[in-house]
Amino acid sequence: MPAPLRAIYTMWYRDTLRLLRERNRIIGMLGQPLIYFLIVGQGISSAMGFRGAPPGLNISYLQFMYPGILAMSVLFTSISSGISIIWDREFGFLKEVLVAPVPRWATAIGKALGGSTMAMAQAVILLLLAPLAQISFDFITVAQLLAILFLISLALTFFGITIASYMETMEGFQMIMNFLIMPLYFLSGAMFPMQNVPAWMAFLMRLDPLTYGVDALRLLVYRNADPQILAFLVRYDLKTDLLVLLLLVLALGAWGTWSFSRQE
Amino acid sequence: MGHIIEVENLKKVFGQVIAVDDISFVVEEGEIFGFLGPNGAGKSTTIKILCTLLKPTSGRALLAGHDVLREPDAVRRSLGIVFQDSSLDDRLTAAQNLYLHGLLYGLPRQVLKKRMQEVLEMVGLAERQKDTVRTFSGGMRRRLEIARGFLHYPKVLFLDEPTIGLDPQTRAAIWEHLHKLRKEKGLTIFMTTHYMDEAENCDRIAIIDYGRIQALDTPDNLKRSLGGDILTIVPVEGIDLAPLIRARYNLKVQHSPEGLRVEVKDGASFIPRLASDLGGQIKSIHLRRPTLDDVFIKLTGRAIREEEASAAERMRLSSHRRPLRP
Repeated sequence: MPAPLRAIYTMWYRDTLRLLRERNRIIGMLGQPLIYFLIVGQGISSAMGFRGAPPGLNISYLQFMYPGILAMSVLFTSISSGISIIWDREFGFLKEVLVAPVPRWATAIGKALGGSTMAMAQAVILLLLAPLAQISFDFITVAQLLAILFLISLALTFFGITIASYMETMEGFQMIMNFLIMPLYFLSGAMFPMQNVPAWMAFLMRLDPLTYGVDALRLLVYRNADPQILAFLVRYDLKTDLLVLLLLVLALGAWGTWSFSRQE
Repeated sequence: MGHIIEVENLKKVFGQVIAVDDISFVVEEGEIFGFLGPNGAGKSTTIKILCTLLKPTSGRALLAGHDVLREPDAVRRSLGIVFQDSSLDDRLTAAQNLYLHGLLYGLPRQVLKKRMQEVLEMVGLAERQKDTVRTFSGGMRRRLEIARGFLHYPKVLFLDEPTIGLDPQTRAAIWEHLHKLRKEKGLTIFMTTHYMDEAENCDRIAIIDYGRIQALDTPDNLKRSLGGDILTIVPVEGIDLAPLIRARYNLKVQHSPEGLRVEVKDGASFIPRLASDLGGQIKSIHLRRPTLDDVFIKLTGRAIREEEASAAERMRLSSHRRPLRP
């Protein structure tokens, strides 16, 4: 196997081995999105409806929130997977990879694929829980959802790798979480629709790349629903969403691999 | 046996700091070569350059005949490294860790399986290979890393503080493995340490400080260069005997936390003279043979233990809490 492939495969294989050995921990990481879903989602569902919704709109907040929950789980798993290289490169296995006769850019790609695999494993479990929100899918939709989720997690893992490449220690991590990651998530339309928000917020939401990912998820989840629901909740067509996601993966992939490969 | 490592006028500058300041040395194949020096002396930087983790600012470095700048992959293939901090994945088994290493270095499957068994037996971990590394003691992890470092049959094995944090029996056991590797496989060992007794394992030692090699020789020659025994003289409270001793015996006197340090050719015979000349003013005299620590103090003016925490050290110390480790 040529050197780049060896690097990609080894990094992916190691993450997958860890995933298989630590099934409990991975399931544990689902705790956060599930709590949001079952408790916050149900609570808001019972207390509030959608302002400005077309009359007769028959969708609960729980159902609305479901694609956002998928995105939340992917977001946190992917970002933390990318950020984990800060520790790993100083005190962990990554150090050993960096002295091996393999190119660094391939190591970054392998890590992105490994992190995405972990995120996808969680997404699959969440998809199996869809009936909790009274949502059901056909096989093709599931495949398409997985494809979109994979693109999102790839982009976000690369994003995590990029951030980690500029950080020396974990000290800035809390700041990054609060001022970068959380705003990106909240502005993606995962928790509330873009309809009726003030103009400045709508503007920011349009700039947020994650919005297009969540939008695509929502489109797929509700594709068989009442067209009025689709018009209210889904902003863009699938092609636009897909295009943005692909560009995002390419841009963050390039930036991530480049910044990871820098050597003094 | 030729030079397995050649370093010529190596220089590394970080902004304003000269980490490695024009050093040159060679290492012979099959040698155990030691780098001694405090933190910030340039040890880790030099090793990183030799392992192609850093690029030199100027100068040349060759490993197994390959230039670190022009043929980095060939250099990496020729070396194995055991870092000071464990670089194993402790959620995986010993065998899995070795397997990943073999994958990275492109070892064919059949070869890999055979070698894994070989190196595990070599360090006495064959029965534990299916166990998670998390369950391993510090000594076992170090042995596993040595086994892993050797898996691809490198020419040189770099060891950064090989036995730090290990108890004396484990230290001795590890050195037994290393000596066996050297004898049976002709492996060259390049190590850094701040344990004086560990440095005695070396065929030659380079003492490095402020980015320069202050001395390079066999441990015995280095100790001999001190010119004799070490006397530590503690004067009676309040009296400074240093100028007296300097004037009377024409000896250099160094102040140290334990007292006044003086080097004399035949310490045992000098003590009675000193005692009868200055008896009332001396509280105690201690005599010992020179150690590498003394060589170090003489060359660098401080003991090897004085260190400051760098950013990596701070992380290392806080990593025991490991809040965000995935």
